[in-house]
Amino acid sequence: MDWTRAARTGTPRKPPGRDYLSGVTRPEDILVPSPSGVCCKLGGFHIDPTRPVERAVITHAHSDHARAGHGAVLATQETLDLMRLRCGENFASTTQALAYGESVYLGGAKITLHPAGHVLGSAQVAVEASGLRVVASGDYKNVADPTCAPFELVRCDLFITEATFALPVFRHGDPDAEIAKLLHSLTLLPERAHLVGAYSLGKAQRAIALLRKAGYRAPIYLHGAMQNITNYYVGRGIALGELRLARGASKSNLAGTITLCPPSALNDRWTRRFPDPLAAFASGWMRVRARARQQGVALPLVISDHADWNGLTATIAATGASEIWVTHGQEDALVHWCTSRGLKARPLGIVGYGEEEDAGTAAGDAAPPLCDENRDEGERQ
Amino acid sequence: MNRFGELLGRLAYEPSRNNKLRLITDYFRSTADPERGWALAALTGALRFPHAKPGLIRNLIAERTDPVLFELSYDYVGDLSETVALMWPSGPSESGKERDEEPTLTSVIETLGTLGKAQLPRQLARWLDALDETGRWALIKLVTGGLRVGISARLAKAAAAALAGRNVDDLEVIWPGLAPPYHELFAWLEGRADKPTSSDPAPFRPPMLAHALDDADLSELNADDFKAEWKWDGIRVQAVAGRQDGDPAGRLLARLYSRTGEEISKSFPDLLDALRLPGAIDGELLIKRDGRIQSFNVLQQRLNRKTVTAKLMNEFPAHLRAYDLLADGDEDLRERPFAERRTRLEDFVARLKELRIDLSPLVAFRSWDELITARKNPAAAGAGADAAAVEGVMLKRRDALYLPGRPKGPWWKWKRDPFVIDAVLMYAQRGHGKRSSFYSDYTFGVWTQGERGDELVPVGKAYFGFTDEELLEIDRFVRQNTVERFGPVREVVHEPDRGLVLEVAFEGLQRSSRHKSALAMRFPRINRLRWDKPPGEADRLDRLENLIQRIEQGHLQGQTAR
Repeated sequence: MDWTRAARTGTPRKPPGRDYLSGVTRPEDILVPSPSGVCCKLGGFHIDPTRPVERAVITHAHSDHARAGHGAVLATQETLDLMRLRCGENFASTTQALAYGESVYLGGAKITLHPAGHVLGSAQVAVEASGLRVVASGDYKNVADPTCAPFELVRCDLFITEATFALPVFRHGDPDAEIAKLLHSLTLLPERAHLVGAYSLGKAQRAIALLRKAGYRAPIYLHGAMQNITNYYVGRGIALGELRLARGASKSNLAGTITLCPPSALNDRWTRRFPDPLAAFASGWMRVRARARQQGVALPLVISDHADWNGLTATIAATGASEIWVTHGQEDALVHWCTSRGLKARPLGIVGYGEEEDAGTAAGDAAPPLCDENRDEGERQ
Repeated sequence: MNRFGELLGRLAYEPSRNNKLRLITDYFRSTADPERGWALAALTGALRFPHAKPGLIRNLIAERTDPVLFELSYDYVGDLSETVALMWPSGPSESGKERDEEPTLTSVIETLGTLGKAQLPRQLARWLDALDETGRWALIKLVTGGLRVGISARLAKAAAAALAGRNVDDLEVIWPGLAPPYHELFAWLEGRADKPTSSDPAPFRPPMLAHALDDADLSELNADDFKAEWKWDGIRVQAVAGRQDGDPAGRLLARLYSRTGEEISKSFPDLLDALRLPGAIDGELLIKRDGRIQSFNVLQQRLNRKTVTAKLMNEFPAHLRAYDLLADGDEDLRERPFAERRTRLEDFVARLKELRIDLSPLVAFRSWDELITARKNPAAAGAGADAAAVEGVMLKRRDALYLPGRPKGPWWKWKRDPFVIDAVLMYAQRGHGKRSSFYSDYTFGVWTQGERGDELVPVGKAYFGFTDEELLEIDRFVRQNTVERFGPVREVVHEPDRGLVLEVAFEGLQRSSRHKSALAMRFPRINRLRWDKPPGEADRLDRLENLIQRIEQGHLQGQTAR
């Protein structure tokens, strides 16, 4: 049985109510944590599993959440398209697209996707049964982003939140001010090529959109690894202005320009094609000086696609959930915050999330690819 | 304050000296008086706030945040100032009141100047409420002392001088007479006023430096035009004493400066007491024990100590060996020829009658050949028992005026040949800044008898000495011969028949408990790539052991250890 058939035949005759026969009496009966991701026994699917499974709901196309090799995959059209771009045509046996706000039913569970505001196509997964609702957020941010649909708050009984930046030291601030820093540096050091390290999916396109919003009209150069995904964004109607590949440009023409590249390329031989390159890095991690310095970043730009401390805590409170599960990141601090406010909270300890981020922050060579990501780092001199 | 914080932030990340300079100059250009003057004072370390201790900052944050969250955050960030700056509740929504206007650096410094200790916590808290993350970080760094953003006082001065396209030495000359916030300095640099005059009784004078001499240069020079003296291996200093204006007792103010103009008087009170005549001596700071000048290794043991105790001064007595006299009383001698200054110096040192201050002796020679012989064996050419502290000879034109900077021609330094060994490349690490894509830091080793036969033991690390082409070659070799990776470090193949031999040059050797080889090299650099040599034929640790013993006995000089 794949997703498509499940969705068509699985629609119950009556809307799901509190159904004692299904055995669902508490939110944790709907989803169960497992080492490879949360699992819905009722519907027979996993959310963002880190191992190949029969049926997977994927929140977004970052490689730590979206792995190749599952049987049936349910996700937004954008996420499916992006997975295809990154992992190849045959990343799953079957796929089914689900638009934001639409629902499918599977084994008595109702599945609805809601915008997560993280990257293009990113979704929160709401699973309902017996009148209870669980929301698995995936990665999310509750601030404006011109390249994706805004985060939608979904009230629920159990909220599964990420915790990438779950320490009070992480307050991301205004991304426009960070872009202004980059543009100021460009006027101050006009003979230097400004390289901006940014994750290939999401951050790079958002940084370009923010530059355009700030009135930067010059062509923006791209590392080859970003070309496909960026073209896809443009194809989805996101205006990014004139883009060029750095590969074709002569060294002297790159003085005083901005080039977006994967973070791992900042210390790569690839940088030798640029005149006196200056390494910038757009990431929430840049808030902490030691992290920026370890990576030899000269211009840290605090621009994050994850909610910061205030964003996480405000969202948790607004969902109205009485129980919170915390995945990947600084679980301790967020669990402490929840418990001190009378919320039931526990860390999930799922192994494998957050690796796409870390692959980018490792100072050394690119981490081993999770799927066919080597094309991402594939541009060599 | 936020802007100053932003500047500090950029400086902390920027590896290149030139770019740091431009960032600071840009700040001075775009910031008004007196704000920029106070920034200059902060960058040159001219400000002290004795009451602001880290404990105070800790108390402030403890009153405002959950202790568990603070500890988790501190543990993650690893730096108190930064953790507090990042965690501080900000904005009306969090602190529950309207934000004050952002304080300027000027208002912070002026207020701190008059504020009592008891009012400090409340005032600091109000400022922290009004600043952004970077501003808060800068404020805490500033008041608790220690900006530590990789800026020397000299670099900050150079950035100010660059406002007018001037050299930093033009500024050093008048610096001792200036006080924050340096209105008259900026007015002069911007062409709005005359050059400020120094009224300091013991000012620093920008030193004259020498160019390195190649053996080939010698044939172009006439031996009759020059005097020669030993180049001592200590730290170059300027020892200045002058009468304080308006002091009825006519007491002397004495100061000791490093070559870069940093005042180091506090570290050498034993020498300061000996400066009993008004004047300015250019000389070398050394350790003299049992009537003998000690090697740099010994001097370093004193330099490494934070507090100067009587015991330390007793064990490592500071000594000044005088090269030159820049001022005698109120008389400026810098416009006089070297030969004349030398005579005045001899007279001055004789009048001083201080055991701690003596003349650097001239090296007698009639021809270059005689000087070559002297350089090879200083012990036999007059340096005697002090030869261990000689690192070459200096040539000075008899008619040379004392010119600031490094003019080419009047002075030459002719260092002894370095020690040289053949070592095997073991690990390579990526560099910083321009070199971040290159494996440019090399750890090298020599052979020693291990438990299972011969093995390589690391003896040093070098990251310069090679040409750009050689860097490319080594980089390629490292990438193609990596056996293991540890983050940014790669272990490179190093077997008797496979690997890369590096000819390493260095200035000295000392014992070290920190290294497995128990040795530390001074100033090691890559002299040559020995692609031709199999690693098995590289040097052994015994040879370095032997070298260090001979250095310690003072037997080894000017030796190409071949």
